[in-house]
Amino acid sequence: MNTKRRLFLKGSMAAGVAGVAASAGLLTPGMVLAAWPNQAFDAKSVADAMKGIAGSADAAASGDIKIKAPDIAENGAVVPVTVSTGMAGVESISILASKNATPLTSSYTLGSATEAFVSTRIKMGKTADVIAVVKAGGKLYQAKKEVKVTIGGCGG
Amino acid sequence: MSLSRREFLQLLATASAAGFSLTGCDKSSTETPAGVKPQKTPGNPYELAPYGNVSVMHYTDCHAQLLPVWFREPQINLGVGSMYGNPPHLVGEHFLKEYGFVPGSMEANAFTFLDFPELSKKYGKIGGFAHLATLVKNIRAQRPGALLLDGGDTWQGSGTSLWTNAQDMVDAQIKLGVDIMTPHWEMTFGADRVKEIVDNDFAKAGIDFVAQNVTYNDEDFDREGEHVFKPYVMREINGVPVAIIGQAFPYTPIANPRHMVSSWTFGINDGEMQETVDDARSNGAQAVIVISHNGMDVDLKMASRVTGIDAIMGGHTHDAIPKPVVVSNPGGKTLVTNAGSNSKFLGVLDLDVKNGKVKGFQYKLLPVFANLIEPDKDMQDLITKIRAPYQDKLAEELAITDDTLYRRGNFNGTFDQVIVDALLEVADAEIAFSPGFRWGVSVLPGEAITVDHVMTQTAITYPQVTRNEMSGETIKVILEDVADNLFNEDPYYQQGGDMVRVGGLEYTIDPTAAAGKRISDMTLKGKPIDPGRNYAVAGWASVQETPAGDTGLAIWDVVTQYLKDQKTIKVNNLNTPKLKNVEGNPGLG
Repeated sequence: MNTKRRLFLKGSMAAGVAGVAASAGLLTPGMVLAAWPNQAFDAKSVADAMKGIAGSADAAASGDIKIKAPDIAENGAVVPVTVSTGMAGVESISILASKNATPLTSSYTLGSATEAFVSTRIKMGKTADVIAVVKAGGKLYQAKKEVKVTIGGCGG
Repeated sequence: MSLSRREFLQLLATASAAGFSLTGCDKSSTETPAGVKPQKTPGNPYELAPYGNVSVMHYTDCHAQLLPVWFREPQINLGVGSMYGNPPHLVGEHFLKEYGFVPGSMEANAFTFLDFPELSKKYGKIGGFAHLATLVKNIRAQRPGALLLDGGDTWQGSGTSLWTNAQDMVDAQIKLGVDIMTPHWEMTFGADRVKEIVDNDFAKAGIDFVAQNVTYNDEDFDREGEHVFKPYVMREINGVPVAIIGQAFPYTPIANPRHMVSSWTFGINDGEMQETVDDARSNGAQAVIVISHNGMDVDLKMASRVTGIDAIMGGHTHDAIPKPVVVSNPGGKTLVTNAGSNSKFLGVLDLDVKNGKVKGFQYKLLPVFANLIEPDKDMQDLITKIRAPYQDKLAEELAITDDTLYRRGNFNGTFDQVIVDALLEVADAEIAFSPGFRWGVSVLPGEAITVDHVMTQTAITYPQVTRNEMSGETIKVILEDVADNLFNEDPYYQQGGDMVRVGGLEYTIDPTAAAGKRISDMTLKGKPIDPGRNYAVAGWASVQETPAGDTGLAIWDVVTQYLKDQKTIKVNNLNTPKLKNVEGNPGLG
């Protein structure tokens, strides 16, 4: 319970920066958004999840999106991921784990006076790409980084 | 406190007779031409030519070996992708050729597996803290102000370090005169014990414990993101400010039990390393040295990406590399050195720093031949005192070996074979797994295997032997997972251990294949492994806080009992996998 509380606090702090009210999925969806995008969060593929959350699966690769995540996860249950971008007019940031059963982990809607910086923890079942999708000026951009999830042990 | 003249003369006579020349280690700022002919140096091999104005000494991965040891270097250390054929992935004759060493020489014995038992008997044991101490004092006398860097894996690897909760090694480090260290296995004594030593013993002795890549995670909410230890320290050497940055083993909470350091997070973090280097430079550092526990492949990649580091002096993968690799990056050049393991070597790096910049370097990696160096009396007395309460236990002879016993290499070593055979028998299992650690000393044919030897192979703080039912499918997943930690073409995704050692199970491996596709033809007693069937699997060193299938037995008890029952050890059945697509690989001897 303590850990959860800390996670919640952490989530609130990240949210303060990002200007949203929920993070890490600890608040029940209904409390946060009037129209919860089931289609996006229940989608089984990256393409369907992107369509559901951003309206399209087509996003241009961008070097302006920075993803900070470990090369190898210390704990697949809570993988720290930070996404930031210097792009102008950022409307939303979504984070996907490509091989999760439901790839969309979270999506953040940003106000115009908010720094495009989101920090959260995601759960990853196996080695996969972490994909950040940024909607800015009505267009979609993406970047990805591989995060390895390993059994552990056997080191040097 | 250098060696006496008489000792030097004795040493010189022995060294010349034995052909100990250190050619190939003789590296100055000008590149040695390729194909240079080895020659005998007429002087004392431990008397180094003066060079520059900033000197540092470096040893790493001694694994608590206070006494001189036999340690057989790998016969197989495959490099894949861009690592193919490059240091450190050279073994045996490929290694000798690269560094200009003569077959049968003392260097051949120290750096390779070739003719291991014969050359070992000829040249004697290597390492030991009493001999290392004499060498350190001697280099300090030649190079006033030189720092001594300890690359970590110092507190773990022997019976006495385990039983004294690492106090023996802490006392030995203080006596040796260590200035700065960075950790890996130290962490397996638990966060509290690490902090206790750093804040008390080390603080009193003036030893800095540095790690730029260890910060508090969100379990310690108030301190999240803060450094647990100093990221670097600034020391003045002959009036030159030098920054020493620490890089702890990045995958400690993955390769070792996370619960032991549950509120600390690690990782490689190039961006943060760059910030640390820039900070050191802006605070006036004229030379920047990283002591690293990355493993050499990771060091090489990091050197190509981070700018402003003059030298990365590394360890973890136990590679003894006589010459630095000079790596180009957008900011200039960075030297990468790796200094072997088991107290066998002392690296000496001399830098010529002028007008705030490093203008040139000289590096030597000195093998610590116990027969060539008088043991330091103070250190010898300390070691004797440390071992005294345990001496009878350590000296107990369990069996005689007919073969050389060793661990190091990508796949099962002979000592691993003894361990997995013991697990199969004592835990009554069909398949046994033993971790691909790179530490553990060797035993020569005809020698008695003692408790001391067994502890060098098994002394860890999580020694529980486990027995679990696992499906054939799970077994494949485990082998693939460990193989990817060893053979991923991107070193940042490697963990620096060798392949898991196996008993019972046979398989084929293609190290060049993609993740998940390297392992094939898994069989047990000639029958294919059935993905859907369960098998009884024994193992040890689980990283879980409460290991599944804990038998209540410690691994050293299992191995000790097995050796006593066997009386004589002959390894007829070394279980190494069938290899695919590695013909001609210079990492294969």
